[in-house]
Amino acid sequence: MTTAPTRQPAGQRPAPGGAAPTGAAAPAPGPGTGSGDPAGTVHGGTLRIQLLLEDGWRTVCDAARLTAGRGVAVLLPDGRQVALFLDRTGRLHAIDNRDPFTGASVLSRGLLGSADGTPFVASPLLKQRFALTDGRCLDDDEVSVAAYRIRAAEVRAA
Amino acid sequence: MPMETDTHPAPGARPGGPPAPGGDTGTPHGADRSGRPTLVLVGHGMVGQRFLEALAELGLTGTHRVVVLAEEPRPAYDRVRLTSYFSGSTPQDLSLTDPAFLAGHGIELALGDPAERVDRAARTVTARSGRVVGYDTLVLATGSYPFVPPVPGRDATGCFVYRTVEDLLAIEEYAKGRASGAVVGGGLLGLEAAGALQGLGLATHIVEFAPRLMPVQVDEAGGAALLRTIEGMGLTVHTGTGTQEITVGADGRVTGMRLSDGSELATDLVVFSAGVRPRDALARECGLAVGERGGIAVDARCRTSDPAVFAIGECAQAVDGRVYGLVAPGYEMAQAAAAAIAAAAGTGPGGRTATAPAEFTGADTSTKLKLLGVDVASFGDAHGTAEGSLDVVYADSRSGVYRKLVIAADGSLLGGVLVGDAEAYGTLRPMTGSVPPVPAERLVLPAGAGGPAVLGPTALPDTAVICSCHNVTKGAIRAAVTEQGCGTVPDVKKCTRAGTGCGSCVQVLGRLVAAELEAGGIEVDKGLCGCFAQTRQELYETVRALRITGFRELLDRHGREGARGGEGCEVCKPAVASIIASLAPALGASGYVLDGEQAALQDTNDHFLANLQRNGSYSVVPRIPGGEITPEKLIVIGEVARDFGLYTKITGGQRIDLFGARVEQLPAIWARLVDAGFESGHAYGKALRTVKSCVGRTWCRYGVQDSVRMAIDLELRYRGLRSPHKLKSAVSGCQRECAEARSKDFGVIATADGWNLYVGGNGGATPRHADLLAQDLSDADLVRLIDRFLMFYIRTADRLERTAAWLERIEGGLDHVRDVVVHDSLGICAELEALMADHVSHYRDEWAQTLADPERLARFVSFVNAPGVPDPTVGFVPERDQIKPDLPLLSLGTRPPAPAPAGNGPTALLEGTSAR
Repeated sequence: MTTAPTRQPAGQRPAPGGAAPTGAAAPAPGPGTGSGDPAGTVHGGTLRIQLLLEDGWRTVCDAARLTAGRGVAVLLPDGRQVALFLDRTGRLHAIDNRDPFTGASVLSRGLLGSADGTPFVASPLLKQRFALTDGRCLDDDEVSVAAYRIRAAEVRAA
Repeated sequence: MPMETDTHPAPGARPGGPPAPGGDTGTPHGADRSGRPTLVLVGHGMVGQRFLEALAELGLTGTHRVVVLAEEPRPAYDRVRLTSYFSGSTPQDLSLTDPAFLAGHGIELALGDPAERVDRAARTVTARSGRVVGYDTLVLATGSYPFVPPVPGRDATGCFVYRTVEDLLAIEEYAKGRASGAVVGGGLLGLEAAGALQGLGLATHIVEFAPRLMPVQVDEAGGAALLRTIEGMGLTVHTGTGTQEITVGADGRVTGMRLSDGSELATDLVVFSAGVRPRDALARECGLAVGERGGIAVDARCRTSDPAVFAIGECAQAVDGRVYGLVAPGYEMAQAAAAAIAAAAGTGPGGRTATAPAEFTGADTSTKLKLLGVDVASFGDAHGTAEGSLDVVYADSRSGVYRKLVIAADGSLLGGVLVGDAEAYGTLRPMTGSVPPVPAERLVLPAGAGGPAVLGPTALPDTAVICSCHNVTKGAIRAAVTEQGCGTVPDVKKCTRAGTGCGSCVQVLGRLVAAELEAGGIEVDKGLCGCFAQTRQELYETVRALRITGFRELLDRHGREGARGGEGCEVCKPAVASIIASLAPALGASGYVLDGEQAALQDTNDHFLANLQRNGSYSVVPRIPGGEITPEKLIVIGEVARDFGLYTKITGGQRIDLFGARVEQLPAIWARLVDAGFESGHAYGKALRTVKSCVGRTWCRYGVQDSVRMAIDLELRYRGLRSPHKLKSAVSGCQRECAEARSKDFGVIATADGWNLYVGGNGGATPRHADLLAQDLSDADLVRLIDRFLMFYIRTADRLERTAAWLERIEGGLDHVRDVVVHDSLGICAELEALMADHVSHYRDEWAQTLADPERLARFVSFVNAPGVPDPTVGFVPERDQIKPDLPLLSLGTRPPAPAPAGNGPTALLEGTSAR
């Protein structure tokens, strides 16, 4: 396995210490626990998946919709697509769904893996690998995708 | 070639006279225009070529003009492997000479123009063409000639010797239409020649004067073991028998032989292989000293009685008084002569690879050969001539194995003879002269009978010579790995030349390199990926034997240390998924690829049961077995394509591909197709794709079998079979081969009597014609063989290794595969057939299975939070009355303005439509 790249293009650098949304707008501080929350069932309510966006935590789907080892895509109101993943240890990850090498919105359909402890998704088109923790491409130091903070939260049914 | 510097003497010019002015005999001997001295090599055999390489290594090709006069019409070739011509090697395969080597070093090679005369006073060589070349240094490497005993009739038509490619071609030509042949001489070359004659289909006799075969190398008991084995192969051996006369017919052709025991032997041709004699005539004629029994006398530096003239190889009598007829001593002499010339020229052996001995004082005549398929080896004091030496012997006449070690009084190994199984030669020979690390009796016993302690190369001292052809020690090989960074056997061969001679040491070399890499902490990693240290084949066996049905179970129990408990990766997940799918019925696992954990292992194509295309849309291929389809079904495909706005194209596998489907459209498309009787074509899987067919006997006036029916039967039998890579097949109804079956993984071609089965074909980037596995098979036999072949491939191939690559990689190649699947040499055919029967009976259409399961259908959405919304980045534009992906839409990189809040209905503007 290749080692982690050392350089990130300006403007794409994830916030130190954790995943952060990309773009000009700064992430709104929130109570999220970020990448790494277990997605187990909690008593007395439905477990939902939430993404931290510019305007705060937004619920995107039920936790039950995720399959360990695979991803799903969500469409945000502004047209952005985010790929959500659940790994076999129960950790949640979210990165942009667009494969920057081909332009196709397919990263959610890639296979998960881990290399040197870093979880990644391999693009189903040309197989480049992207770290799920911060979106950097493991096969090309010049490329990365946005990463999002994600959590599972108990939400009372509407 | 700068011929202008040579002198072609006018008729009447005095041989050996003063040099003509202006010729290259001018300044003062043979120096060329740039003033470089000239070195002339006479003879371009194996030793001559080795000498040229040594010159180049020592930098002498730069300081000298090098001219080579060769008798044969082709550059140096591997005479030791001459017989391999009859097993398919071409003369080009045998070549030892890289034209780039000669050109790169400015070596002038004159083929078919042997030296005829040497004038030592004038220092010139005259070639047959009349060309005169002056020399400063002359090296004779004229080799030897076959000894033909002086019996009457020996010049008759049909008498041959066995020495050159030309001899071999002549024998082959003459043997056509003839029935029998005899070889005079039962030594090393005689047995080679006998093997060649038998290979040409002749009833073959061997006539040997000595009381046993290979009298020089093996002792009496070893000869007896060899005799039994060779007679068992159908050759007739006459030992202790001399040849008195070759009988000749009225037409001047050989009719037979009269032997010393008074008997007569009818034979159509005779090959003399009764030993060789040094070719020293050129040296004799110019007054150089020669040995009593022939051979140009040389000193330890291979210098003749004239210090400007050297002699190397079989034409020379070494300083120990022996003439060596083996290539390895010849190579050492070549090195010694080159080193002596370098020393004289002042370029010295320093700096370059100076491992070669500067002197040649005698050599080991150890040999290991495979004669007529029998291993024969002898080394050191094979006959136990040393005083006080004793033998340790193991003999098994039933299996034709004979092993003898000669042990000195102090326990050291002096030599030995191995017949029938010479596997141990590589480790025993280097131990000669030392006390073996285990008792000698254990070294001769077969495995399983108390021995042999399989002596790894680690048991050898660094001084042990591993490659005796090039005199490479274990220490040099280790240094190549540890100091010169060679990481593979080919690297080490390139760097040290070890293993590039006879090749008998390559196995030991491989173990040595692996051991050295391991000792250096460098893992020789053949593992599947970063998660598994096993190969695909090993994982297959693990899964099968332990009935493992889950990826996590396999990873956590059998993965690499650091990978256990991890996620796996994009390499091992689909590979393991495929193994489990192939074995599913036998394991009691679900064969459905979207079941449970299996779903998370599949590549996106398998996950969505469709082929992902460049813009994120999918294509759909229904199965059309054998390429046969009714008009009604064709119309259904057309209607589905029209209604979903899909692009349609006929594939190379005789079916129809429907492009441009979005994830959420897939179930609806399948539903229409399944309703009409279609099923998945597995175009997305590493699985059987199509069995193509020509129209066959039913319609075609040339057809001899019903190829369409057979193609349909095969496609329906193997549909859904998951394998290491995709599988393609075809059936042709006659030898015209319109279905192109020989470019397929398994191809079937009709014959008047049944079917021929070809395997391992490939189109694509590295095309390969499939090899014939079996002929004239009945329908049932054909299917049985394909069952076995496919299951054996699935069991033993690497990940993503097509049958063509597999067949070329697997040890023993096609012959091995034929042994296993046709002759059941491993005794696994019943199991392979049972696995296939399981597959056939458990097959279910994946599309129909998915449609029947609402939970799985829920996965077929573009967005989990907006199930009805199509992916806005998947768009199409028109081209040639159909659609194509809207690539500019993808290259925007930013998303179009939000079309609508999530949850609204599909946006119509991006829907692909075709004009109607």
